[in-house]
Amino acid sequence: MTEANSAPVGTQAKVAASLRRRYAAEMRFRAYGILAIAVGLAFVGFLFYSIISNGYTSFRQTYLAVDVEYAAELIDPEGGRSAEALQAADYAAVIKASLRAQFPAVEGRSSLRHLYGTVSNAAEVTLRDRVLAHPELIGTRETLWLMADDHVDTFVKGKIDRRLPESDRPIADEEIEWLDQMRAQKRIDVRFNRAFFTNGDSREPEQAGVAGALAGSALTLMITLLLSFPVGVAAAIYLEEFAPKNFWTDVIEVNINNLAAVPSIVFGLLGLAMFIQFFGLPRSAPLVGGLVLSLMTLPTIIIAGRASLKAVPPSIREAALGMGASRVQMVLHHVLPLALPGMLTGTIIGMARALGESAPLLMIGMVAFIVDVPHGVSDPSTVLPVQIYLWARSPERAFVERTSGAIIVLLGFLLVMNAAAVILRKRFERRW
Amino acid sequence: MTIESHQHVTSVARDVLFNESDHSQPGENVETKTVGQVTVASPVITARHVNVHYDEKHAIKDVSIDVARNSVIAFIGPSGCGKSTFLRCLNRMNDTIPNARVTGSICLDGADIYDRSQDIVQLRARVGMVFQKPNPFPKSIYENVAYGPRIHGLAGTRADLDEIVQTSLRKAGLWEEVKDRLDNPGTGLSGGQQQRLCIARAIAVDPDVILMDEPCSALDPIATAKVEDLIDELRENYAIVIVTHSMQQAARVSQRTAYFHLGDLIEVGPTEQIFTNPAHKLTEDYITGRFG
Repeated sequence: MTEANSAPVGTQAKVAASLRRRYAAEMRFRAYGILAIAVGLAFVGFLFYSIISNGYTSFRQTYLAVDVEYAAELIDPEGGRSAEALQAADYAAVIKASLRAQFPAVEGRSSLRHLYGTVSNAAEVTLRDRVLAHPELIGTRETLWLMADDHVDTFVKGKIDRRLPESDRPIADEEIEWLDQMRAQKRIDVRFNRAFFTNGDSREPEQAGVAGALAGSALTLMITLLLSFPVGVAAAIYLEEFAPKNFWTDVIEVNINNLAAVPSIVFGLLGLAMFIQFFGLPRSAPLVGGLVLSLMTLPTIIIAGRASLKAVPPSIREAALGMGASRVQMVLHHVLPLALPGMLTGTIIGMARALGESAPLLMIGMVAFIVDVPHGVSDPSTVLPVQIYLWARSPERAFVERTSGAIIVLLGFLLVMNAAAVILRKRFERRW
Repeated sequence: MTIESHQHVTSVARDVLFNESDHSQPGENVETKTVGQVTVASPVITARHVNVHYDEKHAIKDVSIDVARNSVIAFIGPSGCGKSTFLRCLNRMNDTIPNARVTGSICLDGADIYDRSQDIVQLRARVGMVFQKPNPFPKSIYENVAYGPRIHGLAGTRADLDEIVQTSLRKAGLWEEVKDRLDNPGTGLSGGQQQRLCIARAIAVDPDVILMDEPCSALDPIATAKVEDLIDELRENYAIVIVTHSMQQAARVSQRTAYFHLGDLIEVGPTEQIFTNPAHKLTEDYITGRFG
């Protein structure tokens, strides 16, 4: 080390040499950071691409134009036109007759079954409602757009390859032939799928919708928010601002931190044992779901709340106490307004987790097949993530796109919730 | 610490050390190792044999001192000497520190502020405080000043409150600068203005005593000069206790000066005498800049 002896020159040379190393390290570090973000974005992009490309078609539904013959002998042979008779009439027979009239060449049991199967059985309800509203239609004929069955819908959307051998696809050669004919006559239309947003679950994919799960999720989250936000904020304030620091508060703190890490299914078991078995609350109800998710969300809100209370500068507390404010006044007038944005952030993280939670809700029966849209917190219902799970298990090809569609709805729900939180936070935010 | 325990010690200490009847006598003789005159003729605060412990640390050692009405007393001394700790005993801000223990007696107009019957909220309304770093509330200028009167119920009507706010801001010499923007946030003012806003906030509840903990240490010289002028004016109406690191400031604004050293109160006297003719060797060393 001869340079070390010739002091200033050697030092400068060493600094220069180390500079290059330092800059190289800095560049590497930045490159790693950019790489990490790029990989993350790529995965998110892939996720969104796959969900949206699979799911957007679920927002559209195929309709077939059928010349419906409202034959009086099929609908109301007695001719009384009473509401009961019109209600109970065999509209399936009307549709079948109309389809036969439209395709007179079709013969044979299996071909006829194929023909009848192209129209969803939801069409019977469409017909019934129409006849009940306009009894004068009986005896006339009109062209109606009827909902196509799910395998027809899937084929029309191009999700079934017609070059496959007939035995490998859910749609028969003759059906494809009829559909091609109808397309040529402009009797096929793909429209916005209102049923997806207004119906509950169904065994028939073309009639299945997310309305029930959406309402169930909204009701469950409402219960969760109403319970966990006030309780969580109050607990955080008490523990942080008022509780004496002793053995017991340490025990409580450790327990809260541990609760935040408890697997959610355990909360489901707790809810099953406590709320349903012991308190006798109804099964599959958003009320119980909300209670269970509150248990799960509370620790998150308390921890975030305490952190944001801790972040309020002590000078504000001193100023308030120095003015003669009591502790409660200090907290309510000065500390809480400053801590609230942070608390809201914690709450929204907890709520987002609760929205995506399915395991604890399976334990309390929210996994049941429920067709009706719930109207109250004690009605049986399911939630979006459980609905996604149920559809993902279903064998019908048409449920694949509905699964992705439900995921899009779930993400949309999350987006709306987060946007609301950001707006609230902006309103409460104050600088010091 | 529990408040009960130290209050118990306080009352015992008071009974043992001196008679209830004589500690409020002006100019009494107090048994103390402090050099100079610790008592005054008409004290507003009388502190006797005050000790403060933080856990094992003995932060204030047997300090006895009077605070006179309508005058400024400066506490000086090297860092860590206990002057701020003692200041915070005077409005019981030490209560917020969990392991601080205060013994001895501190009386405000003859009533022991550490007595069980003393309401801490009332005490702090009578003994206001201004902190080292300006700490206005993150609210409007108006709300900053109105906060004290509001929580203490001093103003019956909105007009009364407006009046109090205006008077306080005038007394703090801030009115002309902020009268057109009372709704702007207090945190948007300059450092010196913020500190004067804090002083306005403190005087809005019309206290007897104002405690100032190094009020100018975060301010530039011009803002400091304004605050010092303000302190001199406020002396007309209030007793002021100021902790300062600047001996020039102590010399400029105070009538009496107390020198603390490692928790002991070494010397108290008229400011002029302390700075020109200190009686104690430690005081002399400090003010001549030999340490500190």
